[in-house]
This record gives sequence, structure tokens and C-alpha cells, in this order.
Amino acid sequence: MNFFMFVNNVLSIGIPFSVALLLAALGEMFNQRAGVFNLGCEGIMSMGAFIGFLPAYYLQETALAPYANMIGIMGAAGIGVLLGILYALVTVTFKAPQGIAGIGLQMLGWGIAGTLFRFFIGGVTGVPGLPNRPIPLLSKIPFLGPIIFSMNGLAYFAFLFVPFSYYLLFKTPWGLKVRAVGTYPRAADTMGIPVSKTRYQALALGGLLAGLAGAYLSLGQAKMFADDIVAGRGFIAVALVYFGQWNPLGILGGALLFSIAQSLQLAIQVLGINFPYEFAVMLPYVLVIVVLAITRGSAIKGPTELGKAYDREKRI
Amino acid sequence: MKSTIRIVYIVLISLAAAVVAMAIAAIVLGILGASVTQTFKIILTEPLKDIVGITEILVRAIPLTLVSLGIAISFRSGILNIGAEGQIQMGVIAGAAVAIALPNMPKFLLVPLALLAGTIGGALWSFVPGYLRAVLGVNEILSTVMMNYIAVQFYGFLLRGPMIDPAELQVGSGTPQSVRLPRSAWIDRIIPGTRLHWGIAIALVLALVVYILLWRTTWGFRMRAAGASPKSARYAGINVERCLLMAMVLAGAFAGLAGAVEVTGVHRRAIEGISSNYGFSGVVVALFGGLHPAGIIPSAVFFGLLLVGADMTQRMISIPANMVLVLQGAVILSIISAKMLINDPYLYDRFARRFASGFFGPRRPKTPKEGGA
Repeated sequence: MNFFMFVNNVLSIGIPFSVALLLAALGEMFNQRAGVFNLGCEGIMSMGAFIGFLPAYYLQETALAPYANMIGIMGAAGIGVLLGILYALVTVTFKAPQGIAGIGLQMLGWGIAGTLFRFFIGGVTGVPGLPNRPIPLLSKIPFLGPIIFSMNGLAYFAFLFVPFSYYLLFKTPWGLKVRAVGTYPRAADTMGIPVSKTRYQALALGGLLAGLAGAYLSLGQAKMFADDIVAGRGFIAVALVYFGQWNPLGILGGALLFSIAQSLQLAIQVLGINFPYEFAVMLPYVLVIVVLAITRGSAIKGPTELGKAYDREKRI
Repeated sequence: MKSTIRIVYIVLISLAAAVVAMAIAAIVLGILGASVTQTFKIILTEPLKDIVGITEILVRAIPLTLVSLGIAISFRSGILNIGAEGQIQMGVIAGAAVAIALPNMPKFLLVPLALLAGTIGGALWSFVPGYLRAVLGVNEILSTVMMNYIAVQFYGFLLRGPMIDPAELQVGSGTPQSVRLPRSAWIDRIIPGTRLHWGIAIALVLALVVYILLWRTTWGFRMRAAGASPKSARYAGINVERCLLMAMVLAGAFAGLAGAVEVTGVHRRAIEGISSNYGFSGVVVALFGGLHPAGIIPSAVFFGLLLVGADMTQRMISIPANMVLVLQGAVILSIISAKMLINDPYLYDRFARRFASGFFGPRRPKTPKEGGA
């Protein structure tokens, strides 16, 4: 295998790998920009993956089969919004501590998805999944074309969402409100910006994106569902937000770096270098800890009120 | 009268929280098309019908108590240890390795040594996130969760590689498990024919120790102060970072001990999936027990009951045992919400006024504020 083919292999596996991380991390970015730390991302992704998978599994033989993926993606987005609002109820309205609430949501989502899956489906079953949709002309570009311009619809959506979320966060009034309630909620409140409502909206959007990320895992990437399909990607997404400094472009870079590192490790294994595979699987998790340790110094750019519930009645 | 209202208020909110948690579980059961009352009846009563069921509850309550004692220390000190799952596995590895390496040692030495090894194994595993949090400010929830995933892989690697039972390689199916521990490393069973072992005594004694540590020593006071208000603690001259690190290491030590007790008392060899989610259940048990040893023991028994009961529903009416996770998640969310509502002075004030006017006199016209408040 020559070098050129090796790079091609690494990128053609790595770039699609990054989509789920990217979607979830962008969602988490909106949460954190609004001042809410959502560790339940993992649980929302589990539910999204399951709900996304369900229609594709049940409608395979019916007349609705062509629409199954679309229904699944819609369903995953819907359940994501629902769980995001549940999380908002607990952390914004009831002002519960966010770290532990996130773990609760993670258990809930993981548990529900696992229970329903084992009861209704039982074993690992494949689905056709999302088809790749090569873009005419662009996909003919040598080298890059087959990698970047022949992915599935959800992947295009994820990459297009990066500039859009940059625009949304930094160039629209809503984005300004989100950043305001995450940085100085009291001032925002004084100016008449509804703090709770804005946080609810950000959490709903974050849940939607996490749900889509889950659907991408089951429909686009694995093309099947298993209990542990998310395997910590929700938590990795949270770490990527730190790594990307709460900026969509930084998060895109982080997601790409992360998944390319992972596919590099797969490619090295294929080359036949003797290495216990458990250590290869560990790699991304070790990388997260390293990334967190490196990026902590620049937390100045982050939302200052991250993780704190806003209490209008509280005297300073 | 003031305190009566307060008690009614707390009871009402706690009841509402319990109802909400049950309702979430009921919705999931409804989707499965199972009978909600039948399922809850099986979970809550079936394990209590014979001696095996009751001892199995206690067998699960032992690691749950140990893990959640550690978690209570860490939560009280303001550092959230979600990594008990990995720390348990490190405790299992260290305990089993010592027991296997020293088969000829007398029992009265080997058992404590294996438990000590497990404790150290867990403590070392939690030292990493504890140090990163104390010195570099790395979010401990993320790092402990990551350490869990790393521990699973490391544990699997050891069981498939260096620690695998040689017999499995020669004649067996290659099941990833260690050799059986030497008899001299076993914690004895209390009732023959059941799996209940003397680890229960360790758990009870340590509950008392944790109570004394946290509420009767200077160190405990410092750790709780660091958790309650890091800024004031620092102002009072308490080394907050050292408290955080110590709390995390203690939490890991307890989880590691739970692992060592589990391997020497119950399974007697290191097997895959030995931690059986005790690390996550421990978080729920600790919160449900009010982060206090006196609450943790009954709460561990209650969740032991749920775990055994959920296994039974799986066997009897094929409701997957993952249902316990749903219940635990719902319990966490409702407990922390209820706690905030109970401590919300404004909500309580409104409730108290309405309660007083509703029960003890005619409705008064609303006034914007009645003195004091």
C-alpha cells in the first residue's frame, strides 16, 4: 500500500466518523453558550440512535420503506428536543445541579433505549441505512471528490450546519441572547431578555442536534443498533466543546482531528502492526483527558456562568 | 405550627418526586405493553419470598454501600466521582492479582492483603482525575467517565491476555476470566447455600468510619467545608485542592475495596462484567441516601432489592433488566429537583401562606408582602 492510498483510507473513514461528534458537539456548544452544561448528551444520543433505527427496521418490507430513514431522523430530532426540554425543566426551572442531572439524563436515555431495544428487537439486526448521495460533478474531483462529496444527506447537513451555527451564534439577535444569558444572565434579565426561555430554546436545539447525532450513528455509520452504540461519544462531544473553545469552527477542527486520529489507529492495525486492540480502543478516551488537561488554561473564552443556575431572586 | 407546615411541605414534594419517577418508569412499561402494577409487584415483593432472594439483596447491597460511601465523601467535598465503575474493576484486578500471586499465605493475612491491594488499585485509578481536577482544573465528571471506558478496555485486555486462566486456553472456550482464587483468599460465606458473605460486616463498619471521618474529625470538616463553599474554605485557610484530591482518592479507595470484596467474596475469580454497573447505581444510592452513611445503608438495601427484582422480571415476564437504569435515571432527576424545591425559600413561603390561610382561617385578601417573609 502506498502512502497516497493510506492517506485516502484514513480520510475516507475518518471524515464520516466525525459527523456524529460534530452534531452532538455543536448542540452542546449552544447549551454551554447559554450557560447550561449538559452531560446528558450521551443519553439523548442513545435515544436518538434507537428512535432513528426503529422505522428503518419496521418499515423495511412495507410501502413506506423509502421514507423510513426520513421518519427515523425526524423522530430522533423530536425525541432529542423532548429530552432537552426535560433537562431544561430540571436544571433551569428547578435549578438542580447540572453535573449530576446530566448523569441522570444519561442513565435515563441509555436505560430506555436499551430496555425498548431488548424487548422489541432483541438482537443486533442490520438496516439498509442512509444511502450515500454523491454530488454530481463535485464528486468527480480526483482524490477529494469521493471522500467529501459522496457522503449521506445527514453528513452534508452536519458540515453545512457549522457555518450556519456560526452565523446563528454570532450574527443573529437570538445568538446574542444565548451568549448573554450564558455570560451575564443578570444583565440580560435587566435588559428584558428572558433568561429561562432562552436557555430552554438553547437546550431544545442542543437536544435536537444530539438526537440527530444519535440517528447518524445508527443509520449512517453502524447501520444497526446496539445498547452501547454511543460508547461515550456524548461525553467526548462535551470535551470537544472545550477543545473548540465554544466556537463552531474550533469544534469542527476538533471533531475532524479526533476521528482522523481514530481512523489512523484503525489503519495502523490493518497494516498488521502487533498491538493489543484494547489499547487502540482506549486511545480516544485517553486523548479526551489529554485534551481537557491542555485546554483548561484558556477557559477565559468560555461562558462565565457555565453550570450555574440563574436565580432572579438571589441577592448578590 | 411552623414546623408542621415545613414537614407537610417536605413530604408533599418528596411524594411528588416519587410519583414522577414511578410515572416515567410506568410510561416505559406502558410502551412495552406490560402491566405496571404486576411489574412493580414482582420487583418489590418477589425477591423477599425466600431466603435466597433476601440474601441476594444483601449481596448486592454490600458493594453498593461501599461504593456509595466513597461517592458520598466525594460529593460532600465538592468533587463528583462518576468513575466508580472503573475503580471497582481496578480493585478487582489488584485484589485478584495479589490473591493469585500468594496462594500459600495463611488466610488471616491474605484476605486483608487482597482487600488492601484492591483499595490501593481503586485509589490509584481515581488519583488521576483527582489530581487533574485539583491541579489543572479538569472537569472531574468528564475525566472519571473517560477513565471508566479506559478501565473496561484495560480490564478486558488483562483477562484476555496476561491474567487469563491457562486452562481456558488449553481445554476451555477461551472465556476471558482469571483462574479461581486460592481458597485462602476467600471471604467466608455466612449462611451456607447462599452467597451472603462477611463483606457485609466490612460495609457496616466502614459506614460508621465514614460518619466519624466526615462529622467528627477536622479532616472531615475541612472536606465538607471545601465542598459547601470553596471560597470561604480557602479564606479560612483550608487547602481546598488537597481536600478535593483526598476526597477523590478516598472515593476511589472505597470503590476499589468494593471490587476486591466482590471478587473474594462472591465470584472468587475475575470475570467480565464483574462491576455490573454498581459504579453508576452507587451514585443513585448515595443521592437517595442523602449522602449520609445512615441513609446510605437502607438505600443500598432498597436498590439491592430493585436489582434482584429486575432480574426476576426479566425471567418471569421478560421485561429487560435495563429497566433498572430507567428507574435510576428517573430517581436521580426527581431527587435533585425535589431537593432544590424543598430548599427554595420563596416557594416554601408561598406554600406556607396558602396553607395557613386555607386551613387555619378565612382567606385573606392578597397583599404584596406580609412583614418578615
